[in-house]
Amino acid sequence: MSQTTLNASARRTALRLPGLETTAAWLLAIIWIFPLLYALWAAFHPPEFMVRFELLAPLTLDNFANAWEQAPFARYYLNTFLLVTGVVLAQFVVCTLAGFAFARFPIPGKDILFMLVLIQLFVFPEVLIVENYQIASSLGLVNTITGIGLPYVASAFGIFLLRQTFKTIPRELEDAARIEGCGWMAILMKVYVPLARPTYLAYGLVSISHHWNNFLWPLVVTNSVESRPLTVGLGVFSAPETGVNWATVSAATLLSIAPLLIAFLLFQRQFVQSFLRSGIR
Amino acid sequence: MLIHNADRRMQIYGALLLLPAAVLLATFAYLPTIATLINSLFLPGFRGEPPSFAGLENYQLLIEDQTFWRVARNNLIYALGTIPTSIALALGMALFVNARLPGRGFVRMAYFTPTILPMIAAANIWMFFYAPQIGLFNSLLGALGFSGVNWLGDPSVALGSVIVMTVWKEAGFFMIFYLAALQGMAPELKEAADLEGTSRWSFFWRVTFPLLMPTTLFVLINALINAVRVVDHLFILTKGGPNNATNLLLYYVYENAFSFFDRTYAATITVVILLVLAVVATVKFAILDRRTHYQ
Repeated sequence: MSQTTLNASARRTALRLPGLETTAAWLLAIIWIFPLLYALWAAFHPPEFMVRFELLAPLTLDNFANAWEQAPFARYYLNTFLLVTGVVLAQFVVCTLAGFAFARFPIPGKDILFMLVLIQLFVFPEVLIVENYQIASSLGLVNTITGIGLPYVASAFGIFLLRQTFKTIPRELEDAARIEGCGWMAILMKVYVPLARPTYLAYGLVSISHHWNNFLWPLVVTNSVESRPLTVGLGVFSAPETGVNWATVSAATLLSIAPLLIAFLLFQRQFVQSFLRSGIR
Repeated sequence: MLIHNADRRMQIYGALLLLPAAVLLATFAYLPTIATLINSLFLPGFRGEPPSFAGLENYQLLIEDQTFWRVARNNLIYALGTIPTSIALALGMALFVNARLPGRGFVRMAYFTPTILPMIAAANIWMFFYAPQIGLFNSLLGALGFSGVNWLGDPSVALGSVIVMTVWKEAGFFMIFYLAALQGMAPELKEAADLEGTSRWSFFWRVTFPLLMPTTLFVLINALINAVRVVDHLFILTKGGPNNATNLLLYYVYENAFSFFDRTYAATITVVILLVLAVVATVKFAILDRRTHYQ
């Protein structure tokens, strides 16, 4: 009896809330998701249905086939995949070492050094495209995947995050490992790294999305199919002056975003948590 | 003596751990920053000649360059157009999603999804809306009997179109910070306000909004950085045109360096961007970090 009244009153408050606010929230949500739904519509229908919305319009995969044929998307996928894995792994190594040093070692002038590192939170490689291109070219890195990734490897954000995490790990664990005869590297690998796993996950997801989506620096430093990542390939493919048909561009766009989008839809919580953590700069 | 030696060894070990990061940061952050400053003092050498020292001549050119002022003004309008709107929307979205709402999961997902798309893909999608003849906006206007607008080709409209797209892309990212802050607020505040019979409107302005101030400042810093750093969409939507109506500082750097091959002038414009970022960084470190602390 009391259960039902409770339910009823709960339902009443739930019903009272709708009205203006719920409508507004939903309207905004529909506006916000609409561009993506529209891209899906355009990609899966023949070009003549771009602006004709008929419920029974025939579905087709031709646009995807065309996109796949007209540009070397397989190669772009490979390049992006190599770039993203390479950057994230290298960032893990370099940032772990630096974060460990900042968290645990008595380095003279440590605070000043750390401030110097933090500068990179504001001065990004893409802001310095002119000089970074010069440097990449003198190192022979133009038009290589290493060239796209290397400027991002020593990431201030990663160093900052790992330093914070390592600092919260109790010294007693470190001492225990030392008594068991572990050296510094073993302590790092057996104590610090495993305990920082959530940080690696968060940082990894942010870094993957960032490099999957990055455009300006890869555009500048690459000039051929062999090294172009998906974003640059897509940019070249869909530039309005190429006159590629829109349904095809739409399919190509979806092709480029599909892996990340699907990963996001599956692991929404982790993604949102990671992006939240990224909010330190 | 023994302790001293152990300390020494720790110092050396620590320095070695820092070395890879230090080398990379020096190569791709500090060195290019310094080179930018130096190159802005040179004029490019033509026909294989080395660049010649020119003092502040590039800065003189910059001050006299109508296009530069146009681009700087655009960037200011772009910042003023995107930042307050996307912050307000982000806050609204967070309040919506934080309340009891049917289909909350979907709504939150809808708001956040643009964040994980590459700017290039977002621009492609919006191109379908903005394109003059076959674009969706003009088709809809046409169906309603209005003549179309040249969303990206009309200099008085184009920057606005770019701003709208950017707001769409950014608001959901800022939302999650507000959402986290709202979820961290003590429920007692709301209960106390309810007991007092405070209206929701005044509860928001007297309690919620002030408590969210650290989040707002943090989001503001991020938004400011993005306003000078992200120009990817211009490559698809407008290429800075028509007649520089949508050109932004970093895109102008790109044009000067890689289309007009004037590296030293590009460096001079980069110095302006670095100055803007330095101001933002100073505000953040010197003022905000002292007053508020982040979670």
